[in-house]
Amino acid sequence: MKSREAPLIEFKGVVKAYGKGGSEFLALKGVDFQIHQGEFVAIMGPSGSGKSTVMNVLGCLDTPTSGEYLFHGVHVETLNRDQRALLRRNYLGFVFQGFNLLARTSALENVELPLVYRGLKRSERHAAARKALELVGLQGWEDHAPGELSGGQQQRVAIARALVTNPKVLLADEPTGNLDTARSEEIMALLSRLNSDLGITVLMVTHEPEMAAYANRLIHFVDGKVERDQYQEAKQ
Amino acid sequence: MIWNAFLLAVREIRRNLMRSILTMLGIIIGVAAVITMVTLGNGATAQVAAEISGLGSNLLMVRPGQRMGPGQRSGGKSFNLEDAEAIRQQVASIVAVAPTANASVTAVYGNENWSSSVVGSNNDYFITGNWELAAGRKFSDSELKSGKNRCVIGNTIAKELLSGEDVLGKKLRLGSFSCEVIGLLKSKGQSMMGSDQDDTIIMPIKTVQRRLSGNQDVSMIRISVKPNIDTDVVNRAITMLLRDRRHLSDNEKNDFSVMDTREITNTLTGTTKVMTMLLGAVAAVSLIVGGIGIMNIMLVSVTERTREIGIRMAIGALEKEVLLQFLVEAVVLSSLGGIIGILLALLASSVGSALMGIPFMLDYSIIALAFVFSAMVGVLFGYFPARNAARLNPIDALRHE
Ligand SMILES: Nc1ncnc2c1ncn2[C@@H]1O[C@H](COP(=O)(O)OP(=O)(O)OP(=O)(O)O)[C@@H](O)[C@H]1O
Ligand SMILES: [Mg+2]
Repeated sequence: MKSREAPLIEFKGVVKAYGKGGSEFLALKGVDFQIHQGEFVAIMGPSGSGKSTVMNVLGCLDTPTSGEYLFHGVHVETLNRDQRALLRRNYLGFVFQGFNLLARTSALENVELPLVYRGLKRSERHAAARKALELVGLQGWEDHAPGELSGGQQQRVAIARALVTNPKVLLADEPTGNLDTARSEEIMALLSRLNSDLGITVLMVTHEPEMAAYANRLIHFVDGKVERDQYQEAKQ
Repeated sequence: MIWNAFLLAVREIRRNLMRSILTMLGIIIGVAAVITMVTLGNGATAQVAAEISGLGSNLLMVRPGQRMGPGQRSGGKSFNLEDAEAIRQQVASIVAVAPTANASVTAVYGNENWSSSVVGSNNDYFITGNWELAAGRKFSDSELKSGKNRCVIGNTIAKELLSGEDVLGKKLRLGSFSCEVIGLLKSKGQSMMGSDQDDTIIMPIKTVQRRLSGNQDVSMIRISVKPNIDTDVVNRAITMLLRDRRHLSDNEKNDFSVMDTREITNTLTGTTKVMTMLLGAVAAVSLIVGGIGIMNIMLVSVTERTREIGIRMAIGALEKEVLLQFLVEAVVLSSLGGIIGILLALLASSVGSALMGIPFMLDYSIIALAFVFSAMVGVLFGYFPARNAARLNPIDALRHE
């Protein structure tokens, strides 16, 4: 499809091993794929197949044991900690499988946190954070701490935090895992819009075929390897 | 970046208010305890030292009889004025020799009467006792020689009997005779044993012997030794002289005793110093306990903080930004705690020293020491767990249990 352009992301033989020596466990057993700017990719597969692991490596939260990871042609596996932090700060937005919001911290403060490290002024941060919360349908909940929000609302705060920086790539690990169907459809419509209107590249892990239908590409993982990788007509 | 870290740190302190207060509490208590204890201990030592120097410096006190135990003396005949004169003539390096004879009297003036003690002595008594005159004069030679009815009175007598005004020239009745007040002593206040040193009347010794005690006895001889002279040498010279005058043979024990105030001074200041050190040690323990408290709270919160560090790094914070925030947080917390502790200590030790009637002796080095120690503990236990967390991969920090 877009194979003529240089890929935005490229995995070449990426291996991730957990544990050392005899009890070593390979969560990724040589993963290859290319992802181009503007794609909306759904990653599926059985539990324990390595979906979260591949997302963590993509999000520079974890380092591959071997193999190459190119982002914009840059060899990420050779970057130091600070360079990877700056990559996360400037290009990536990450939605965790388990939210990972700051406790006892309001939704607004959670969402504006990435902007603090980008050095934005308080007023700009607040405006952007409010807009992001509105985008995920949480206007009016700005002052609530995670403990006062439902799982689905926390999930949406986490999405707002990933969106607030206008990232080049949005990485979402089961963003609808805690939502009912109606809410899930809303989130998917939102991700679709971000992808088509703002050109954000979206990679999403999901268990549900209905959600995967929103993507225009489906990568299927089994046992730490890519089993199927196919393009599809995205549901609008 | 520092300012940013400061804002983040303050926000973090406010968000975890309970944890912050508990952390500070350890520092506050530790710092306050150490400073208060040492300040009060120093004040007590200074007080004791001041009272001893009020007793007279380089003072030897010679009394008949040997001390047998607390409050008990074996017999031994009294001294007389010739003994005192012999010491003055024959012992080198002494400044003053004051033979004394004591008596208890009821002093009367007008309608007022007051039980007090009379000391008969000479003008050297003022030197040996470190007495200064607030008004009037000492005795003249002729008054001493002939035992005139003259007296120098302490502040308490002046207040209680003469209502404090115009004491000079007034005549006090002491039993069968009256004496004219020629001098007023400067106040010394309470002795360390709690007795009122200003409750005293001083007269020529001959007056006391003739009018009050009715004999020629001298109950004590007080001797001031020149400064920088070894009192032991003088002590030996006096002992030899008195043994000779009292005709003691070589195998007889002394039937008198010589007491050296330097020994008392050493014993008492030594005791209070030991006490100060003990108090300081107890307080140091509380500082350490406070430190352990801080450590506990920091370690307990490490799981949560590790996850927090993971979140911050996952959304793009640099390791050094996270560390700076935690460092600033620890510094702000522990110095705030230290300052509150110091203020508390100032309050407690000024109230304490006022209640105990001792001088307020602030030791800045202890303040600095306590502050630095608590700040170090705070920074150590606030910073190092954070540093360990910030060195993890973000995902490992996030997974931390
Ligand atoms: N930190 C770790 N240490 C050891 N093994 C791990 C670790 N993290 C993941 N694994 C293992 O790696 C494999 C892949 O885990 P991963 O979390 O990527 O699965 P997943 O596909 O996301 O599953 P799920 O759908 O349940 O989220 C699993 O077998 C898991 O047990
Ligand atoms: Mg997973």
